[in-house]
Amino acid sequence: MIAHALFFYFFSIIAIVSAIFVIVSRNTVHAVFFLILDFISIACLFIMIGAEFLGMMMLIVYVGAVAVLFLFVVMLMNVTEQKLSWFRGTKKTGHIPVGLIIGTVILLELIVIVGGWRYRDSFSETEFLSFNNEFTNTHMIGNVMYTDFIHLFQISGIILLLAMIGAIVLTYRKREGVKTQSYIKQISREREDSVQLKDVEFDKGVKLDD
Amino acid sequence: METFLQIYNETYKILLLLVPILVSVALIVWFDRRVWGFVQKRKGPNVVGPFGLFQTLADALKYIFKEIIIPASANKIVFILAPIITMTLALSAWAVIPLSNKMVIADINVGILYIFAISSLSVYGIIMGGWASNSKYPFLGAIRSAAQMVSYEVSIGIIIINVLLCVGSLNLKDIVMAQQNLWFVVPLFPMFIVFFISALAETNRPPFDLPEAEAELVAGYQTEYSGMMYAMFWLGEYANILLLCALGSILFLGGWLSPVDIYPLNAIPGIFWMIFKILILFFMFALIKAIVPRYRYDQLMRLGWKIFLPFSLIYVVLTASFLVYFDLLPK
Repeated sequence: MIAHALFFYFFSIIAIVSAIFVIVSRNTVHAVFFLILDFISIACLFIMIGAEFLGMMMLIVYVGAVAVLFLFVVMLMNVTEQKLSWFRGTKKTGHIPVGLIIGTVILLELIVIVGGWRYRDSFSETEFLSFNNEFTNTHMIGNVMYTDFIHLFQISGIILLLAMIGAIVLTYRKREGVKTQSYIKQISREREDSVQLKDVEFDKGVKLDD
Repeated sequence: METFLQIYNETYKILLLLVPILVSVALIVWFDRRVWGFVQKRKGPNVVGPFGLFQTLADALKYIFKEIIIPASANKIVFILAPIITMTLALSAWAVIPLSNKMVIADINVGILYIFAISSLSVYGIIMGGWASNSKYPFLGAIRSAAQMVSYEVSIGIIIINVLLCVGSLNLKDIVMAQQNLWFVVPLFPMFIVFFISALAETNRPPFDLPEAEAELVAGYQTEYSGMMYAMFWLGEYANILLLCALGSILFLGGWLSPVDIYPLNAIPGIFWMIFKILILFFMFALIKAIVPRYRYDQLMRLGWKIFLPFSLIYVVLTASFLVYFDLLPK
């Protein structure tokens, strides 16, 4: 039990410290690395409370896919320079009021939610998660998700699909004059279409039709 | 005292797994180069030790005594962390691989997800190495490899869903035991092929070794690394290849089960079959390295997104409808 508590404090301290470093660190790429560390330690916390499926999903979806895309954007767009100039105060940016408004709204929402929070005496007495050794975590989540909440689940899937299509429609531009390979054309090319045999008369040459 | 004993036991088990893996990585590198040599009518490494078996050890010794050079403009901490992360992740995934009925360190419920998560994390070693080197070729190599690994992860995930539909559990032992009557390679043969090719791309093996395409990028993300740090990248890469071979044999080739359940074959201990299957898959990896030319980058992306992804999605629908129609869904 002591080891359990020690591990809990270890991971939660890492989570909090790295979350602070995400906003404090001056190098944007470092900030993303700290974000990844944060995700990983939170996944470990999930696993510690027995929600191994959620923990693994956290690792696969957030760390394995979302954070990689973050890194891509940050590395390719050279945000580091911008952020540095912002820190030094050499460049005025109009983003601060917007950020302040959003931050205040999130803070208010958090106050509302945490204020209405009812703490239970012990974790295992919660109603929804009745621990049953016969079923694994994954089974139980699947049972709830695909029976009681199937409509919500499908609707959220469709929303994600719409977002994906929207992003493609917004950014896709058909460019003119791009040379592309057509695999079907290449494969279906026969000898008759491409090779011509001609008898060339002496001193006359031959005219090719192209 | 009891905790101490437990820690001692666990450490003992971990060492008993890790040391053989590191040794077999060394042997597998030799095997790889040897097969490559024979295909090209060369001899391959054959001087150090019997059949050149100790060639990799000699190489490792050379790497240990070489100087570690850190480029002046590199980001030092990230630069040093990158090979360590690569190797740690490659080795830590082995914790859940069952080598036989009883030989597994952690028999967790979500074993397959754990392996999937770890292998999706291993992108970071490469990205960090490429970015921290602060030079053009490593950075391009890292970007390429990250895009490649993320793309092929998607198709591997869907292939795993195919297998899981037939098993009904995420536990690796259950996956193997579900194949007692029929290995999944028979009903899911197209998926096995797609898995194999995706595994090549996932581990940056030829013909998909674009991150380190020497004709374009010198050595990709490893360009600035030297000495032991380079060797760690190298070890991690081969440990990853072995891991995907093990995963392939668990998902499709029946893990530690013998091919036919008759007397002289099923008396052989399971670990022998497991290693045998891993070696056969690795032999195919090595052969492909020698005989297939490198893909172009747009061809690689097209293969991953436009062919493998739709194909495996369609196969998921087919498998699910087959299982539902014939009432074969696992409980």
